[in-house]
Amino acid sequence: MSSQKESTVRTLTVALLVCLVCSVFVAGAAVALRPTQQQNALLDKQRSILAIAGLGEAGMSGKQVRALFDERIVARLVDLETGKFSDAFEAKSFDPLVAAKDPKLSQVLSGEQDIASIKRRERYSIVYIVEGKGEGAIDTLILPIRGYGLWSTLYGFMALEGDLNTVGGLGFYQHGETPGLGGEVDNPKWRGLWPGKELFGDNGQLAIQIVKGGVDPKSPKADHQVDALAGATLTSNGVNNLLHFWLGENGFGPFIANLRAGEA
Amino acid sequence: MSQPKVKEVLLNPIVANNPIGLQILGICSALAVTSNLKTALVMSIALTLVTAFSNLFISMIRSQIPSSIRMIVQMVIIASLVILVDQVLKAYAFSLSKQLSVFVGLIITNCIVMGRAEAFAMQNPPLLSFFDGIGNGLGYSAMLIVLGIVRELFGAGKLLGYTVLPVVNDGGWYLPNGLLLLPPSAFFLIGLIIWGIRSWKKEQVEKPAFKMAPQVSNKEAY
Repeated sequence: MSSQKESTVRTLTVALLVCLVCSVFVAGAAVALRPTQQQNALLDKQRSILAIAGLGEAGMSGKQVRALFDERIVARLVDLETGKFSDAFEAKSFDPLVAAKDPKLSQVLSGEQDIASIKRRERYSIVYIVEGKGEGAIDTLILPIRGYGLWSTLYGFMALEGDLNTVGGLGFYQHGETPGLGGEVDNPKWRGLWPGKELFGDNGQLAIQIVKGGVDPKSPKADHQVDALAGATLTSNGVNNLLHFWLGENGFGPFIANLRAGEA
Repeated sequence: MSQPKVKEVLLNPIVANNPIGLQILGICSALAVTSNLKTALVMSIALTLVTAFSNLFISMIRSQIPSSIRMIVQMVIIASLVILVDQVLKAYAFSLSKQLSVFVGLIITNCIVMGRAEAFAMQNPPLLSFFDGIGNGLGYSAMLIVLGIVRELFGAGKLLGYTVLPVVNDGGWYLPNGLLLLPPSAFFLIGLIIWGIRSWKKEQVEKPAFKMAPQVSNKEAY
């Protein structure tokens, strides 16, 4: 080994050159591929929104998904504080998850409020609406929901039918729960338990609930209860908590109430 | 030292010198991504490409790398390649990259990549190093694919997402073994496979680190 190869200047030069070349490659790839990646992320979200709304079918091409989404789904900005629609931001480009990290657009939740363990809640969120026949009529309302399960934050959507009480569907598009146990939140059979359940009891209180050990069909509460996932108590609790958060007073509760009264 | 041949460096790591089976490297990702076959396959391809190209590039500049910073230089090259793979996956195989999540990024720390760069690419010409990378990638892939098949088939009754054994949860007859979906099961499987390989190829059996003394009877001890 020559002493020249080991000299300080030589070492620095090699290090610098390697870093330069590598950074050019990495930066180039990141810039060149970003549009495709963003499109993918958007497409993935649209796909899950359509699936929750019960529109389209599995295995649609990207083009079909986009077309169907544009045709049927309207995104609206909601002010979670007032519980009313808002025009503060463009609904199409607004990202509630980014807003939740922005101190100006979000608030820290206190321990007892934060049953879904999300720490911060954004002030504005986006709801997706499948419009029904007639002015302002809602066929399906799709709410974004998220919360902590066992290992990870689950991100998903809940669809409500036009009466804003009956569940149209529930699904998560991103989570890191144990495959085969908590990961069964994706199981079509379990998700099939949700449609038709009623969120609110006769007194208007939130009554939806995940119960262990099976739902007794004869119980008067059966309309509000869903079987927990077998072997995944903590994930089931997480889903229960996040539903209670997002449908409760700190989530979309006021908005749903306003919408029902026709004041949103 | 005689010059290794392309065929040797390409095929040896598959069974005879398997990076997981013999060298016991890269176990972490082998546990994490093999709960279904599809992610195992993608991970195999990603790791094979990274190992091959990092070997190629490192070998190309091996005579220029000052030995005081060779590890860092290797890491920089490997890390850049891994980021490249990750970006491509996010762009063209979005749902898969979602499933693999952090594990693609963790190829950077996979001992196989680093090990081959340091042990082979630093001493051998570029093309041969490239094939060595492919070979070791194939060895890793072989193990991952076996694990993926066993775990997905008996853990979820499926292969590549298609139902093979209809499970009870979906109205079939097969009661899946949930343990196989959890990471520890890969440990057991890898152990069994290593046992199998070593019973077949006796030369892989390691010499015991120490020998137990023969039993001594009471009388002799005093």
